[in-house]
Amino acid sequence: MPNKESVLRVEHVTMQFGGVVAVNDLSLEVNKGEIIALIGPNGAGKTTAFNCITGVYEPTNGEVYFNNKILVRNHPQGKMKRMYLGEDEGEYFGTIVAPTPDVITKKGIARTFQNIRLFSSQTVMDNVLVAKHMRAKQNPFTATFRLNHSEESRMRKEAVELLKELDLYQYKDDIAGSLPYGIQRKLEIARALATEPKLLLLDEPAAGMNPQETMELTEYIREIRDKYDLTIFMIEHHMDLVMEISDRIYVLDFGKTIASGLPEEIATNQTVIEAYLGVTEDVGD
Amino acid sequence: MTISYFFQQLLNGLSLGGAYALIAIGYTMVYGILRMINFAHGDVFMMAGYFAIYSMAAFPWQLSLPIVIIGTIVLGVVIERIAYKPLRTAPRMSVMISAIGVSYFLENLANYLFTAMPQSYPQIDILKQIHTFGDITVSRVTIIAPIITIVLTFLLMTLVNHTKLGMAMRACSKDQDTARIMGIKVDRVITMTFVIGCGLAAIGSILYFTDRNTVQPYSGSLPGLKCFVAAVLGGIGSIPGAMVGGFIVGICQIAITAAGYSVFSDAFTFVLLIFILIIRPTGIFGEKATDKV
Amino acid sequence: MQKIKLTNKTIFNIACVAIVVILLGYLQATEIENSYAITIIERSCIYAVAAVSMNLMIGFTGQFSLGTAGFMCLGAYITGIFTMPIEIRDQVYYLYGMVSFIHNIQVPLVVALLISGVIGAIIAFLIGWPVLRLKSDYLAIATLGFSEIVRAVLGWDGLGKITNASYGLSNIPAFSSIFQAVIICGVCIALMLLMINSSYGRAFKAVRDDDIAAEAMGINLFKTKQLAFVVSSFFATVAGGLMAVFLRSAATSTFTVALTYNILLMVVIGGIGSVSGSVLGAFLITAGQEWLRFLDKEYYIGSFKVPFTRTGFRMVIFSVLLMLFVLFWNKGIMGSKEFSFDWFKNIYISIKRRIRRKNNA
Repeated sequence: MPNKESVLRVEHVTMQFGGVVAVNDLSLEVNKGEIIALIGPNGAGKTTAFNCITGVYEPTNGEVYFNNKILVRNHPQGKMKRMYLGEDEGEYFGTIVAPTPDVITKKGIARTFQNIRLFSSQTVMDNVLVAKHMRAKQNPFTATFRLNHSEESRMRKEAVELLKELDLYQYKDDIAGSLPYGIQRKLEIARALATEPKLLLLDEPAAGMNPQETMELTEYIREIRDKYDLTIFMIEHHMDLVMEISDRIYVLDFGKTIASGLPEEIATNQTVIEAYLGVTEDVGD
Repeated sequence: MTISYFFQQLLNGLSLGGAYALIAIGYTMVYGILRMINFAHGDVFMMAGYFAIYSMAAFPWQLSLPIVIIGTIVLGVVIERIAYKPLRTAPRMSVMISAIGVSYFLENLANYLFTAMPQSYPQIDILKQIHTFGDITVSRVTIIAPIITIVLTFLLMTLVNHTKLGMAMRACSKDQDTARIMGIKVDRVITMTFVIGCGLAAIGSILYFTDRNTVQPYSGSLPGLKCFVAAVLGGIGSIPGAMVGGFIVGICQIAITAAGYSVFSDAFTFVLLIFILIIRPTGIFGEKATDKV
Repeated sequence: MQKIKLTNKTIFNIACVAIVVILLGYLQATEIENSYAITIIERSCIYAVAAVSMNLMIGFTGQFSLGTAGFMCLGAYITGIFTMPIEIRDQVYYLYGMVSFIHNIQVPLVVALLISGVIGAIIAFLIGWPVLRLKSDYLAIATLGFSEIVRAVLGWDGLGKITNASYGLSNIPAFSSIFQAVIICGVCIALMLLMINSSYGRAFKAVRDDDIAAEAMGINLFKTKQLAFVVSSFFATVAGGLMAVFLRSAATSTFTVALTYNILLMVVIGGIGSVSGSVLGAFLITAGQEWLRFLDKEYYIGSFKVPFTRTGFRMVIFSVLLMLFVLFWNKGIMGSKEFSFDWFKNIYISIKRRIRRKNNA
């Protein structure tokens, strides 16, 4: 592809919980306009990788770049440092960057969650408006005294537009928690879009959907990518969806990238097949 | 300040700390399993004080002490059944509000049954005997309290670490749902937790009130909160932590009173709490927990 | 120019306000006969402000903060100090003598309340920094502790020249009329309601419903909690100031943990997450405690003494009622709904539907 413009670059990210290494030296790159899938068996560390990118977890080691600018950087300290670098040790370079999730969202990375996390007691409209809050020009004083009237009506107008474009307008006043499952998934994507992202991370968007719904979702994802000029990075288990939609695929197993490439390459990759079918490998392979 | 004064106060601190420690263990155990602050625990401790007054009026102390302990345990278990069990699946905040409701109820009940006037706590002669070491004069309860506390804590830790019940308790505190799937009768474990917690609170109450002489309906609320602070200080969920925390809070309180700032003796505990929560939110012996997203 | 539309809703709202004004006017006119009712209404209004401010934290932001009594205590002292008539100050502070730089400052009630609120808000901002990072139950105990610290500091004789220490303040001028009390309280509640219904209110609710999702939506958890805490504390402090004016005195013994619990129970009964519920809860509990007063007396039918009724029984019954609420109706009276025209309409519709169904059957 000509003039590839890197949107997300993950470099050597490791996430360790006590003795468990959930993500092990993960490196990947997502370019502008691409749809990239991250696949792997259950417990491979896919969601943990997402959490490291979005600031929910602080990775133990590694760096994440967004639009070629540093987004997250962390290095192990003290005892851990020696474990990572060995006794004769060198030094890590660069200051630690550990923004909270809201800062990352503000920079233009939005996400959805594996187990839907809508504000379930609030209406569909309010769910979208919450996402608009961050970019509104207002302060508590102007908001309380309704001096931000133009801002508030702009937010509402944009929210209505978004809901209409995504065919959710009819549910505008329904309580989010009462919606059918498929609609909730769609709403979660709509809410993420309302934060006006450049990069959208989808965590198993098709989980729990039937083949028909999965088909529709495939179209839906393409549509929003084109309409909102997005780059999409997703975790997914439905292979039809992944094979159909993604430009490239990364395969994760036990926290490590075991393969990456075009869908057709992955489909025939022996290591990937083994990881999924559970062929026994020698330890230390 | 003379050395003997110092030791005198240290002994007082240890004695008060011992009583606090026994109550703090109740908080820490309930928190470990139900993840809630049992706001009513301090009032259960207050009720134990009244039980002692009324049972000792009728029976000799040898018989009264078991009556007090059993009565307190029954009270605690009844509270758990009525006020906490129905809310097992409710949000944590509801359970806490229920606990506050129980605390409010017990205080009002005590006010109604026993009037708001402070009532004098019965003297158990063998606890009240005075010992003199050089310049230091202490009652026997002051010496016994820390010893009883340490022994009971040791026994409890043996129970938690080396018996089937203890294993079930630890399982429940890690993950209740999984524990239930594994065939552990979670409700029974919770009941046993309350039995142990309230039993210890009853003993703590005897040690505490023997030194303080009077009981009134609100004598449980502030010590209760302090003991919770002690539990947080030691690391919530940790039994030895609660003991250490109890001693620290007790000694600090006596030290501040001895220094002449008795108005701040209550407030200090909470300053301590805010400090420990900033510096080390998991307390001295606590473990770090990560939430799953 | 905008044309005012006279919908059913506006008519309903105007009617509500009119009824309240007429009722209050009547009470004010017959002040002497109805002084008891006036007391209850004023007290309820003040509790309502405190309850709504607590609900802002607990019900709308989901942060279990129990510092209300502490902030109220602070407000009571500050308002008391700034409104007490200068000529009697020496008399009240006869033991310590009032410190000179505030001795001659006396300001109107509203200004004093604003000063109290601002000081409360600043303190909330400062203590929010450490405590709001805590999980809900730790937050509860830390704020309860803060409340005790405030009481200890205000009652400390080191500050006697300012606070009159344990003797407290007295001779604070009372409300000029019931309107003054009700209007101040009404404005406070309206301001909180406006904030809850603004974009920031939506952020509060998002934090309450799912903090991780809220963060992913670009909401800064800490700042949002901080804002809720500061606003809530501002109004709790103001409520404390009003309380001092109502009682005409301020003493640390009024603002114990029990007061916080009392307000919490108003919030619970009214409905966690409903402003009008908290107001209703405040009125019901305050009035209820008066209505149930007959339970505190002893009665005889002939020589037979009616069992149970004697001093303290009222509060026992009261706490049993509260427990029943907590256990069996923990959504409270209003749930998370608000008292409004639409609420009435929905109830009306549902009753009509039920009657029709009955008739059909």
